[in-house]
Amino acid sequence: MNNFSTPSVPKTTSAPETGCPVSPFTFHTSPFAGPSSASGATVRAVNDEFHGDLLEISLGPHHPSTHGVFRMNASLDGEIVTKLKPVFGYLHRNHEKLGETNSYLANVPYTDRLDYLASLTNNWAYVHAVEKLAGITPTERCEYLRVILGELGRIINHVCLVGFLLNDLGTSFTPLLYSLRERERMLDLLEELTGARMMYNFFRFGGLRTDVPADWLARLKHYLEGLFARYMDEQDALLTGNEILLARTQGTGILKPGLAISAGITGPGLRASGVDYDIRKVDKYSIYDRFDFRVPLGEHGDTYDRYMMRMLEMRESVKIILQAMRDLPDGPVNDPKAKSRGLRPKAGEAYGRIECPKGELGFYLISDGTPNPYRYRVRPPSFINLTVLEDMCVGGTLADAIITLGSIDIVLGEVDR
Amino acid sequence: MNPFTATIWFKSFADWAENLPVRIHDWILGLLPAWPWLHWLTTALLAIVLILTFYGLFFAMITVTERKGLGRFQNRPGPNRTGPFGLIQPFADAVKAICKEDIVPAAADKVLHFIAPCATVFFGLLTLAIIPAGRHFTALNLDAGLLYFFAAGAASELAIFMAGWSSHNKYSLLSAMRALAQLISFELPLLLVTVPVVMVAGTLSLPGIIAQQGAWTLGGLVPAWNFFTPWGFFGFIVFFIAALAETNRCPFDLPEGESEIIAGHLTEYSGFKYALFFMGEYFGMLALSGLGVTLFFGGWNAPCEFLQFIPSYCWFTIKLFMMMFMFIWIRATLLRLRIDQLMRLAWKLLVPLALINLVVVAFWLRTGDWAGPLQLVRWAVAILLELVPFILIGRHMSKGLGPRKYKYAQ
Repeated sequence: MNNFSTPSVPKTTSAPETGCPVSPFTFHTSPFAGPSSASGATVRAVNDEFHGDLLEISLGPHHPSTHGVFRMNASLDGEIVTKLKPVFGYLHRNHEKLGETNSYLANVPYTDRLDYLASLTNNWAYVHAVEKLAGITPTERCEYLRVILGELGRIINHVCLVGFLLNDLGTSFTPLLYSLRERERMLDLLEELTGARMMYNFFRFGGLRTDVPADWLARLKHYLEGLFARYMDEQDALLTGNEILLARTQGTGILKPGLAISAGITGPGLRASGVDYDIRKVDKYSIYDRFDFRVPLGEHGDTYDRYMMRMLEMRESVKIILQAMRDLPDGPVNDPKAKSRGLRPKAGEAYGRIECPKGELGFYLISDGTPNPYRYRVRPPSFINLTVLEDMCVGGTLADAIITLGSIDIVLGEVDR
Repeated sequence: MNPFTATIWFKSFADWAENLPVRIHDWILGLLPAWPWLHWLTTALLAIVLILTFYGLFFAMITVTERKGLGRFQNRPGPNRTGPFGLIQPFADAVKAICKEDIVPAAADKVLHFIAPCATVFFGLLTLAIIPAGRHFTALNLDAGLLYFFAAGAASELAIFMAGWSSHNKYSLLSAMRALAQLISFELPLLLVTVPVVMVAGTLSLPGIIAQQGAWTLGGLVPAWNFFTPWGFFGFIVFFIAALAETNRCPFDLPEGESEIIAGHLTEYSGFKYALFFMGEYFGMLALSGLGVTLFFGGWNAPCEFLQFIPSYCWFTIKLFMMMFMFIWIRATLLRLRIDQLMRLAWKLLVPLALINLVVVAFWLRTGDWAGPLQLVRWAVAILLELVPFILIGRHMSKGLGPRKYKYAQ
């Protein structure tokens, strides 16, 4: 994917015998799809005087709908996107190299900064990898609390996504503000638990930083069953069946399952294409095999399916949280023998992955027996899901490209690292 | 006398309030020497001052209503710091806009870049002049008033194109292209849907159209407005959708499209020019709302006979405000359409419906003398003629769309 990572200016060449500019976009080239786009739409192959030039336009890095400092160099034929190059790296913070100079424990707060809308699952994935590397088993109560927190993080992420996607669709902030209201309520609960609203730094090797306060779980349950359930029903009633939403999202930004698999797409975007792959079910990591939940699958792989995957997954997450609360055992959250500070795993390597809200988040760690990881590598779902953006956008209009990007669900902190 | 119409005192107060503007006008003219040209000039100037102050203040109040209304729709208070309930906010905004630096891009066509915001406001005000705002409040009473309205209104499209073209910005250019396509397409249903009103009233003059609607049925409780006929009801819906598109309002705010092309033609504008665009946009909305009120809601007529003691200009203002509130409400609620869907909506749905509306109104006029049970037949036929094509075309257009059932992995 190196060809995506450098800003490239499309070159225009002239054919001397006719004097007409020859399109540099005669064939759509993609590492995965070949000459036609994933949606099956073919783009214009002629660029004569009658059709005029293509308009090359740079969307971003400062653009309201690129969800951060992301840039798309698009070529437009009227409103139709004929070529689109994602350009990223504007938020590169040297995350992986930094991870090699820090101790294992000191990396936990850094992982918060990857996907800053769902920090809890980042913590979890990293801690999961280190536990695999060092052979630590978390306590029973800790596993349950991790599931509760992880699923709460998923809900927060999906609530944000739904709000921002609808904002990209042109609502004047109304659904976004309702979504953010729910997010605020959940952040208030998490703030009370962890002391932070976004950068929680809450997971520890073999446990959590602290146990939950006495009535915290009861209040979370009260919220999820009351106000949040109301929000979900309201959202479904007001927006999911909205004629304009259906017209805008159905049949746009289609991602074929074959392409999704070969490009390594994971998460709701993959499941919207109808591929049954959820690491919670595949790996059964932590204690996910003890809960009764279903994995929704889409059929068309379009923007509407990706939107609905999130809506349905939120309901499943609520079910998981309520089950975990019901079964939560007593006991210590942290194994007193587990060592966090000055952890020196034996030389070896481990890859820990979990199903984070955006897809498969994996950490690959190599230890050489020192307090710092020898190699620290992140497998970011946002970045890998973004690689098929061009295939999903070409052939659609500019407005479709914006909502397709919105439905992929990226966080630039994770894409650029 | 109608028992509801209160007392003699009430009646005299109503007359006094109704005629107050005329009295003020006569009083000012009485102060001046009796030269006809001076009287003509003073009357014209008074009308201009009245339009500028009335619609200028209305614009200011609508912006604050919009911001506070959107705030309430969105679960937040909206502006509430400047003055009581934030009412002085628009004036503070105006001061801020004037004080801001006016940035003109180096590559811009400076003349057009300057003319464009002025033109939007100018054409907006031109259209406002024709709207009868009260019994004695028609600044410009032309026999072909409706034609004048569309002639002046269509020119405001030019202003948006000028802005988009002269900014020398790709987003602005895209916006200009979108605006041209959109405004020209929606001009057609907007025009077609006013024709039935002209057919019924038999005049193009707006006061004449209002006079045709100035009656009441069912004991003075139901007004004889065009809205309360089958063709008027459907016509108004088409008119309102087209008016939303003509004024670039949500869900048709594609030329602005802040999530796609940032602010479109407004990208390269700052300071007071930016504010002028907003003023022009709101004047356009006010003009189209005023036209809608005039054509379908009886203009300045009271909704019930016994409510006539309230001056006509108050009724007009109330109706205008309600129309504007509809604009705000829709903005807070709906999503934006895509450009191809927008064009489809205009050419495949609104234009056919507007044409069918012509047939229906012809039938309606032809059967004006049907009475008794035939009256019911008349209504049923007219409603069916409108409704069936609407449902058929709508079904055809939304084919393949709908909520989906999702399966779960086992």
